[in-house]
Amino acid sequence: MAAQAASKAPRVKADAAPSEELFVGARIILKALEEQGVEVVFGYPGGAVLPIYDELFKQNRIRHVLVRHEQGAVHAAEGYARSTGKVGCVLVTSGPGATNAVTGLMDALMDSIPVVCLTGQVPTHLIGNDAFQEADTVGITRPCTKHNYLVKDANLLAQTIHEAFYVARSGRPGPVVVDLPKDVCMAMGHYTTAPRGTQRKQHKTYQPKTKPEASAVAAAVALMASAKRPLFYTGGGIINSGPKASALLRELVELTGFPITSTLMGLGAYPAAGDKWLGMLGMHGTYEANLAMHGCDVMINIGARFDDRITGNLKFFSPDSKKIHVDIDASSINKNVIVEIPVIGDCTVVLEEMIALWKAKRYQADQKALKAWLRQIAEWQGRDCLYYEQKGKLIKPQYAIQRLYELTKNRETYITTEVGQHQMWAAQFYRFEHPNRWLTSGGLGTMGYGLPAANGVQMAHPDALVVDIAGEASIMMNIQELSTAVQYRLPVKVFIINNQYMGMVRQWQELLHGSRYSESYSEALPDFVKLAEAFGCVGMRVSDPAKMDDTINEMISVNRPVVCDVMVDPKENCFPMIPSGKAHNEMILGSDKTGKAITGEGLALV
Amino acid sequence: MAKKAAKKAAPKTAPKTSAPAKRAKAEDQSSNLYEGMVPVARLKDKDTYRHIVSILVDNEAGVLARVIGMIAGRGYNIESLTVCEVDRERGLSRINLATLGTHQIIEQVKAQLGRLVPVHVVRDLTDDGPSVARELALVKVGGVGDKRVEALRIGDIFRANVVDSSTQSFVFEVVGTTEKVDAFIELMKPLGLVEVSRTGVAAIARGAAGIEKK
Repeated sequence: MAAQAASKAPRVKADAAPSEELFVGARIILKALEEQGVEVVFGYPGGAVLPIYDELFKQNRIRHVLVRHEQGAVHAAEGYARSTGKVGCVLVTSGPGATNAVTGLMDALMDSIPVVCLTGQVPTHLIGNDAFQEADTVGITRPCTKHNYLVKDANLLAQTIHEAFYVARSGRPGPVVVDLPKDVCMAMGHYTTAPRGTQRKQHKTYQPKTKPEASAVAAAVALMASAKRPLFYTGGGIINSGPKASALLRELVELTGFPITSTLMGLGAYPAAGDKWLGMLGMHGTYEANLAMHGCDVMINIGARFDDRITGNLKFFSPDSKKIHVDIDASSINKNVIVEIPVIGDCTVVLEEMIALWKAKRYQADQKALKAWLRQIAEWQGRDCLYYEQKGKLIKPQYAIQRLYELTKNRETYITTEVGQHQMWAAQFYRFEHPNRWLTSGGLGTMGYGLPAANGVQMAHPDALVVDIAGEASIMMNIQELSTAVQYRLPVKVFIINNQYMGMVRQWQELLHGSRYSESYSEALPDFVKLAEAFGCVGMRVSDPAKMDDTINEMISVNRPVVCDVMVDPKENCFPMIPSGKAHNEMILGSDKTGKAITGEGLALV
Repeated sequence: MAKKAAKKAAPKTAPKTSAPAKRAKAEDQSSNLYEGMVPVARLKDKDTYRHIVSILVDNEAGVLARVIGMIAGRGYNIESLTVCEVDRERGLSRINLATLGTHQIIEQVKAQLGRLVPVHVVRDLTDDGPSVARELALVKVGGVGDKRVEALRIGDIFRANVVDSSTQSFVFEVVGTTEKVDAFIELMKPLGLVEVSRTGVAAIARGAAGIEKK
């Protein structure tokens, strides 16, 4: 049934007829990218994409950023996309180029980041022959993209690329791969302009629903109005929906007076300075946020997906609440947690309608109940779950991040992270007031995400301060991207929380495996200062708490890429923590004994 | 007689096909916010049901891989699968999928299918009103003497056609519901069943409306 695929027209109806003029395939590709508003492409050349690179050479409207590894290209495009709201664009070659991009694509899929990745492919007549640098890219990337295409006709190049951008950015955003055989890039074909105006939405099959059912919104708002112990639980969907969604969320929180918590991906949608803010929830979320989730009677999930890092043991997850779930992706509804009121639609539209209805019906929260609820929450907050003590000669990792926050909060600062303890500390101690300023690998948990993502952010925001809060193990996964930063004069700051361990692995080994630290010690670390200098960056090191501020200030003041090696207390663990297999109300705090925290079924969970 | 045999052969834990009448009872009607919304009581039902889901897709490269890759990757069950082009002009294929799972799982299967880009329509033929489902099986039975006569006689009862014959074998072509085909095969076992080739279920809704219009 697959035989006649190559001749099939893409599903977006073309606005205009194909051009009279003939162009070479590679030129059509660049024309389509231009029309889609692409300003920067992150890529790496190779045999199969030479015709495209040749066309890139002949123009100067699209900038190309040469990465040092294709995984870095995708993460950079993710950083670009997440900090701007635009679609990120990647160009890699066939075979190893495409397979190296796979981790980045999966990362973008899990975190719903719009990316279009153009991959080279061997000429069509060689496909299936195990040709040099051939890989079944469409087959390999099928489960790690939102959609993918193999283009076998130069006349379909433009339409396919337009459709790829449409799919990447519409509905729940995600990565899309367009596989481009070399002969197609060198063949002559007609150009087709992108669908415009009313035709933009006329995709044959893919038409995500953005407007919710009125009855669902009405039921949701009525339930909210009847709540005694309400809680907003928001996620990355708000960020993806655009800055307007964040503004509307703030308005709705203000209007209702309900407390709010957020997932890792949603930080910044509601300001950390807001008086209803409970901090992040989940495995390393705050005591107050997790207990509020456990104890609420109405949960309003907007743009989050009940991920296992959030829910802990599903059997005991928020047992007494009625749940509202707003999501643009119908498959997120009732996937992990069964909800009473599903609202399928775009966060911006849903929030608008919720606010309008709340006002029109003159709803009022039950003030007496709400006051008691907020009092209860204040009591939990009094526990001060993120408390740590900076004493002695070692820098506490929390202190390093807290000082970084204090010294950078008054500028336009973007924070990226790698994955591990430092990531959680960053989420706990760096306070975000705006959306799109926080970039981290949430769903896939990709070590090596932060540095290339920072490069992508800096490309989009040349005058902003971009800091990658890293771990000494994670940073080694994509350290080569320092070279990219130097080449394009991207003054990113790599702020390494160096505890000489894969900290989160070590923490789990301590809690689960009798402190047998199997392979989690960072042996034979490079001298990060010398390494920075070797790459042409500025290297710094600090180990004295008293010099922390000076070091950070110096790092910020240098207008070049900096690697700052912060030597921290190697024994510090990340708390609070909900041990795997446990419920929200069974979290362990820094002051607790942690010896037998995880037992039985929890051992088998990740 | 055939039906009885089928019932006996079926294990006690056999999955249920959800009947609309039974479902209505368990449902909390008040929680239906809009058409198509699945009530909570039903989602919490832990019983396993057999559903036939029909999917209309663009007939393009890899669309089948996309559908079954998603299902396999997410650990859902495929009992049977039929695929063929059904509209050459528009380039549409229809996939009929028989799957097992709780209501929650079946809803997930449908939602996940619904978000694949080349998918036009996903229709649950088990839940969305009455439907007919048929499959075809070619059943080879070897044997001589009484057994051969008996096989032919049962074939007759099942309105099975003999499409190939040798002095020592028949190939029956039997068409019907999965249960009927199962029953026929069960009866052929003691009579010298050699092998079976089945198409899997093709299904369609009853009534005037097509799959693209409810």
